[in-house]
Amino acid sequence: MDRRAARGHRAPLVVLSLLASLACAVPGRADDAALIAGLEDLKSSSFATKGGAVAKIADSGAARALPILHALLAGHLFLRQADGVFLIAADDTAESTMSDAVTGTDLGTVERGDLKKIGINNQMRGGLTTALARLSLRDPHAGARTLAVESLYTSLNDETLTLLRDALADERDDGVRAALQTALALADLDSPAADTRRAAVTVLGASMHSEVRNKLEAHLATADDGTPHEPDAAVRQAATDALASIDRMRTVYGLVETVFFGLSLGFVLVLAATGLAITFGVMGVINMAHGELMMLGAYATWLVQQAMPHHLELSLFAAIPVAFLVSGLAGIAIERGVVRFLYGRPLETLLATFGLSLILQQGVRSIFSPLNRAVATPQWMSGQLVLNGALAITYNRLYIIVFSILVFLALVAILRFTTLGLQVRAVSQNRGMARAMGVRAGWVDAMTFGLGSGVAGLAGVALSQLTNVGPNLGQSHIVDSFMVVVFGGVGNLWGTLVAGLSLGIANKFLEPFAGAVLAKISVLVFIILFIQRRPRGLFPHRGRAADA
Amino acid sequence: MKLRAQALLTATIAALTSVGTPVGAADTIKVGVLHSLSGTMAISETTLKDTMLMLIDEQNKKGGLLGKKLEAVVVDPASNWPLFAEKARQLLEKDKVAAVFGCWTSVSRKSVLPVFEELNGLLFYPVQYEGEESSKNVFYTGAAPNQQAIPAVDYLMNDIKVKRWVLAGTDYVYPRTTNKILEAYLKAKGVAAEDIMINYTPFGHSDWQSIVADIKKFGSTGKKTAVVSTINGDANVPFYKELGNQGVKAEDTPVVAFSVGEEELSGIDTKPLVGHLAAWNYFMSVDVPINKEFIKTWHGYIKNPKRVTNDPMEAHYIGFNMWVKAVEKAKSTDPAAVQKAIIGVEAPNLTGGTAKMLANHHITKPVLIGEIQGDGQFETVWQTEGLVPGDAWSDFLPDSKIIEADWTDKLNCGNYNTVTKKCSGQNF
Repeated sequence: MDRRAARGHRAPLVVLSLLASLACAVPGRADDAALIAGLEDLKSSSFATKGGAVAKIADSGAARALPILHALLAGHLFLRQADGVFLIAADDTAESTMSDAVTGTDLGTVERGDLKKIGINNQMRGGLTTALARLSLRDPHAGARTLAVESLYTSLNDETLTLLRDALADERDDGVRAALQTALALADLDSPAADTRRAAVTVLGASMHSEVRNKLEAHLATADDGTPHEPDAAVRQAATDALASIDRMRTVYGLVETVFFGLSLGFVLVLAATGLAITFGVMGVINMAHGELMMLGAYATWLVQQAMPHHLELSLFAAIPVAFLVSGLAGIAIERGVVRFLYGRPLETLLATFGLSLILQQGVRSIFSPLNRAVATPQWMSGQLVLNGALAITYNRLYIIVFSILVFLALVAILRFTTLGLQVRAVSQNRGMARAMGVRAGWVDAMTFGLGSGVAGLAGVALSQLTNVGPNLGQSHIVDSFMVVVFGGVGNLWGTLVAGLSLGIANKFLEPFAGAVLAKISVLVFIILFIQRRPRGLFPHRGRAADA
Repeated sequence: MKLRAQALLTATIAALTSVGTPVGAADTIKVGVLHSLSGTMAISETTLKDTMLMLIDEQNKKGGLLGKKLEAVVVDPASNWPLFAEKARQLLEKDKVAAVFGCWTSVSRKSVLPVFEELNGLLFYPVQYEGEESSKNVFYTGAAPNQQAIPAVDYLMNDIKVKRWVLAGTDYVYPRTTNKILEAYLKAKGVAAEDIMINYTPFGHSDWQSIVADIKKFGSTGKKTAVVSTINGDANVPFYKELGNQGVKAEDTPVVAFSVGEEELSGIDTKPLVGHLAAWNYFMSVDVPINKEFIKTWHGYIKNPKRVTNDPMEAHYIGFNMWVKAVEKAKSTDPAAVQKAIIGVEAPNLTGGTAKMLANHHITKPVLIGEIQGDGQFETVWQTEGLVPGDAWSDFLPDSKIIEADWTDKLNCGNYNTVTKKCSGQNF
């Protein structure tokens, strides 16, 4: 059930299907008259009048009603004030072509100065969605049909029920059939016949939709004088059981949801911390500018998007190598320019890199302004994957989990299977011996630092999809990153993974009870206590290397 | 630890780079601008610094004030609260400015307050805030809770028929106080305790998954639900992104925000937010000649036709013009004289009305509710009939409804207790 895809394609297809269905009906002059009357009301500045206009247009039955309503919802409907003609823009851009709303004839690009956009408010938006849903019951996409049916759950009346029954007779898709049956069962719950009500309860027991739960709960209510809303004891019992089973399933799905939230928070932590696990963990450099390297990655993403405004969907892929290179080169510059003079002096490294982080922040403020930059989310990353009424998974989190796993595995592979990886491990274990064997320790240091910084840049690409792209981006993630690395055990990539995930999940399980503020505090307190008992973290390095 | 180290460093840097060292020219009137140009608050405050420079520039083009040119003294308190107090002292003692326009966060205002009271300076504070304060030396040109939060809740309750309420905020003084007032107000209107959900998150909170899921669950009981958001600053972007992704639509569960304006929206992809609400006293989209003129001047000054205007900018516009009028009325820039003269002064606001400085040092404002549009602007969907006078002490909190502020000779007190008939010891 891919709703995201359905949403993207719905509008044009709905138009086609409706045109096809109405072609048989032969739109008469009366329809058009109703449409024109509706449009006339849209010129009003009162939202109440305009809301009435939506109903008039939807009920007119005119062929142009659907494109007009779609344009109104999308903010594409304009009024030319000189002659009172309504125009529909093809897209959001200022150079968009226009067509006449009533006749549908293409007018090409139109002088914009005189055009007034028809504004809508939330009530109108609600009315429009319902009106469009009613017209979308025959949409060729199963996902769109399910959405259309579900949006009618709260507005069941004789008219919509007839529509739904007709739709059920022709429906082949199981998912849509289930939604249609649920809708009809919701109405049957008010039937005078106890058997019908009982059958309805059985159908409803299988649905996870919140509207169903509300209806069942309302059905089981007792009046003030103690008479139950449901007179039949057997039906009452069935409804109680159905409600209990729904609640049980919802608890299970709630648990699954929390675990997912925890994992997704955990993987963001892991992604932010893996770069640090290399610079801090493997090389032992306390790099306070790590967060700013993430910030550079995020700004690189923004710049790439600005450079390719017509390929928004692909820009993120292009941003990945760019961000890696930008942050990686910045990292190498930091290592060669500052850090290499300070090896073995952790306090001075800390201060120097902290100073660098402030310079980078203020530099970004001076170049890009202190305002946040808007990084657009591509269509394929927005919305959610709806598994059922109680569980849905957001796409952006899902892709970031996948991305984070890939980055992590790639890093593990680089450290394990490449020459660079071998040299990195050799230098970190015994610098003197590695040099004696012909390893260019200085070069390896620069490359390692660059690699860690490049990974920070990749984290920046992911973060640009979750949070602000601004000068403060780094600051808000640096503490968490250090926490994960220290907790996991310095110098151990797998430790970082386990630590990130367990902190993420622990945080999400604590949040509902303790609130976000207290959850964060308790995780911090836990880590402090943990480090007291095991100063080397979850998975400490053993042997000589640990003392080097 | 990290914060202190940072504070120290930013302080040093700021001290080294502090702009606009004035050379004592006697024929100018100095105006202090106390807004952070670096650090976390630079995002919001830099624009206000530019606004002040523009207003001063415009005034000078009109021939200055009392025959003298105005001269801006800009300092950078670097988002560092103690540094705000230091810089305020520098402005008043060393630079001898006639008035200061500045601060954004409540904590920065509280930090400079003792300095202004000690040295008897004038501060014009342009941001909406939690109220519960009225100082002799501060003029609050932003909204008090009764000029933003209460009308917004009224709109949701009466026009949208909201029955269940989520009060979500960042964990600090402004959201805590505002939510306390709102909770008392809602309960007074007969909303049951189980229909109010209150949630606080840390500054810069970025993982909103569970909270948005909770809001969704809270709103799925069939009763119309709305979120009243006092979420501050950077935390808004991930919050709105999560709302969009989890499918919380404005037509089902509208979010009305008190800290999200045009400037904040310019950093967000607003497509998923269309229809969510904000309550302010000014929107850039308000279609009146004076606003168009202001936007034109702003674009000309900042040399970027894409920059937006916002509510705190309007507050500075009003505050600055009120100060100019008061100085002209008093024929002096002496703070004591201006304090006396400014009460009752009227200046045009940018929505076509007139703002008046009240005896409690707050001003009258219209309240506008707007829906976010796809282009990052607001479409006004509701506004108050007339102007709402700012109320320093909320009428909905039992402790403060008996307190009154009046800086005319009648009381000459910022917190007069009407029960004990006493002006409490503190200065503000």
